[in-house]
Amino acid sequence: MLQTLWFWLIGFMLIMYVVLDGFDLGAGTIHPVVAKSEDERRKIYKAIGPVWDGNEVWLIAAGGSLFFAFPLLYATSFSGFYLPLMMVLWLLIIRGVSIELRAHLSSPLWRDFWDGAFFVGSALLALFFGVALGNVVRGVPIDENGNFFVALWTTFSPIGENPGVLDWYTVTIGLLALSALSLHGAAWIALKTTGELSERCRRVGTGLWGLTAGLTAIATVMTFSLRPSLWTNFQRWPLGWLLPLLALGGLIAMLVFIRRREELKAFFASCAYLVGMLASTVYALYPLVLPAVDPARSLTAFNASATRNGLMIGLGWWTLGMALALTYFVGIYWLFRGKVPEHDDHY
Amino acid sequence: MDATILSRFQFGFTITFHYIFPQVTMGLALLIFVLKTRYMRSGDEAHNRAARFWAKIFAIGFVMGVVTGIPMEFQFGTNWARFSAFAGGIIAHTLAMEGAFAFFLESVFLGIFLFGERRFGQRIHWFSSLMVFLGTWMSAYFIMATMAWMQNPVGYRVMEGGGVDIANYWQVLFNPWLLASLPHNQGGSVVTGAFVMAGIGAFYLLSGRHERYGKMFVKLGVVVGLIASLFQLFPSGDLQGRQVAEKQPIKLAAMEGLFRTERGAGIAILGQPDMENKRLDNPIIVPWALSFLTYQNWKAEIKGLDAFPESEWPDNIPLLYYAYHIMVGLGTIFIAVMGLAALMLWRRKLYTSRPMLWILMLLMPFPFIANTAGWMTTELGRQPYLVYGLMRTSEGTSLQVSGGNILFTLLGFMGMYFLLGVLYLFLTARVVSHGPEVEPLPPGTAQGLSA
Repeated sequence: MLQTLWFWLIGFMLIMYVVLDGFDLGAGTIHPVVAKSEDERRKIYKAIGPVWDGNEVWLIAAGGSLFFAFPLLYATSFSGFYLPLMMVLWLLIIRGVSIELRAHLSSPLWRDFWDGAFFVGSALLALFFGVALGNVVRGVPIDENGNFFVALWTTFSPIGENPGVLDWYTVTIGLLALSALSLHGAAWIALKTTGELSERCRRVGTGLWGLTAGLTAIATVMTFSLRPSLWTNFQRWPLGWLLPLLALGGLIAMLVFIRRREELKAFFASCAYLVGMLASTVYALYPLVLPAVDPARSLTAFNASATRNGLMIGLGWWTLGMALALTYFVGIYWLFRGKVPEHDDHY
Repeated sequence: MDATILSRFQFGFTITFHYIFPQVTMGLALLIFVLKTRYMRSGDEAHNRAARFWAKIFAIGFVMGVVTGIPMEFQFGTNWARFSAFAGGIIAHTLAMEGAFAFFLESVFLGIFLFGERRFGQRIHWFSSLMVFLGTWMSAYFIMATMAWMQNPVGYRVMEGGGVDIANYWQVLFNPWLLASLPHNQGGSVVTGAFVMAGIGAFYLLSGRHERYGKMFVKLGVVVGLIASLFQLFPSGDLQGRQVAEKQPIKLAAMEGLFRTERGAGIAILGQPDMENKRLDNPIIVPWALSFLTYQNWKAEIKGLDAFPESEWPDNIPLLYYAYHIMVGLGTIFIAVMGLAALMLWRRKLYTSRPMLWILMLLMPFPFIANTAGWMTTELGRQPYLVYGLMRTSEGTSLQVSGGNILFTLLGFMGMYFLLGVLYLFLTARVVSHGPEVEPLPPGTAQGLSA
């Protein structure tokens, strides 16, 4: 019971991360397309400036919570995904530095360089996070000692004894993540800006909506044909159908609201889509936290968790910590609500 | 190449580089809060400008600290999987609490502090400077609690499967080792912040620019720098030393270069550990001092390295010895210089004494060295254990990660961190050269956003 609770709490934190930092990554990915002038580019940086760092903390907090709730999962997966994780770290460094350092010099060369770094860092992170999710769904080759080490690529096929990080399935999920987060970013920038920039985000968003919808369909078919066992939970507890319905509803509502220029509602619809998609995946995977190629060696919420005692203690401070964190977040988003002001100070 | 050595080197390299930034941001966070508070009380715009100026320098260091900090949390799992599986039941709590209680707080209030002065007014701005200060220091508390448990494991029980579980949560959060080392670490970061402030103030006075701010920075830097330097010797350094003597006598012997057990042991001021002959070459020794400082008794017996089996000795005693002596030597110089500077400040001679201002300016890098050396002392002295007395370093690695893969990522970190270091110095130097009197540019110009 406690393990199930923690399974969902970690899932909650990861979903919070994707929904919040997702629009930062999306903004970074689409900014070369939607912003045509220095003024517009600055508005994009301002739209995420006060919040991106806090959004990223959800990833760190989720990582830390996963570490104490499921120490074995943390140890096995972080060492097994050694190379891709290190690359994610480097990309997080590039992305963070580019947002903060760009404004220090007004030289066009300096700003072009950081714009480029911001784009590369954001787009590759979005892609990598999708690939990571694809890897977890597909499963990894855990050996008899409970370890694995995946190469970046092997045969590019998800079927077989020795899959790599990149194969046609995980890359498809990566592209879906890139497309969906770009759309999410477009929805955020459209919401936070005015005039032509907002209008361009709306147009780019419409195109990205089609791509995301198409990739969603393809990825869903691929996932269930590759891992038919993911149906089980939906058959056992049909209440879970609400989650894919939420995703579908969010997707459709997004198009409607983009068309009607209701930016806030379009953004929330995008949030609903992301929450629905990710929560469906979490729901389908339960109780697996890391499926193995040999199902008997899979890590589950039950065999990878900390002790009952540790989980109870964690629940105590976690509840307090999250109550505080959510208060700060409501506070900061409320303080910085509305469109990005024309002239604002940093420092 | 040996995967354990490479993993150790990678962790050591990434954390040493990382800790350049938190020590200066934690120190500056306190000083910025002081400046902002003085502005709120006096209404003197110069203090507000000074706070804004230091916030710019703080912000560059903060982002460097954030981006180099994330790899630290990940490396427990990537390179030290067996350690993570073993110790996760305890140390993952303190690490995760840092995220939940400190990172959220500091990131959100930093956003308000950097972006919100005009938008939300002075009161919220002052409050956010306080919260940023508290957030960065709270962060230190949780990291130090993690480190303290590895130095002095308490409040745990070993389970059948081999991992540890929490037996007493409060013992973990109030580990005596933590209570002794946290003040020393925070004092060290205030030393760094104060020396940087005094050094940049001295630079302005020497170059005849921003005179008013130069004096303000030198004064605040010297006063706070003297208090913090003295605090590092007593009580914080003293407290830390007693913990080491009581709980890790091998570390004490190794850092003092004491090869043989002695009654009335002296302190070696200089000398080179000679591991082949198990003695200190060319020693200059203050007799009986070590016995007195450790036990307040000139004749007390101090155990030397010979009292312990070699398998328990730290594996790099010369480096440990030098790190400790560099820290203590620099700390002594800091007290002397800041004491003299404070005297000159009192006699109203400091602002015009070019030699003293030169010394203050040139001293800026040294607190970074002293803090790094202090950390090297404490962590090298923990070897050969990862968790003192419970798990050896060689037993904690990730078995399936090969040396070649670690070398790849180590080289990657080195390249990237070199670039970050250059950027940090370049941008900080730029802010300093523009000085605190830069007016916010009129809206609409190229730098209107945030330069």
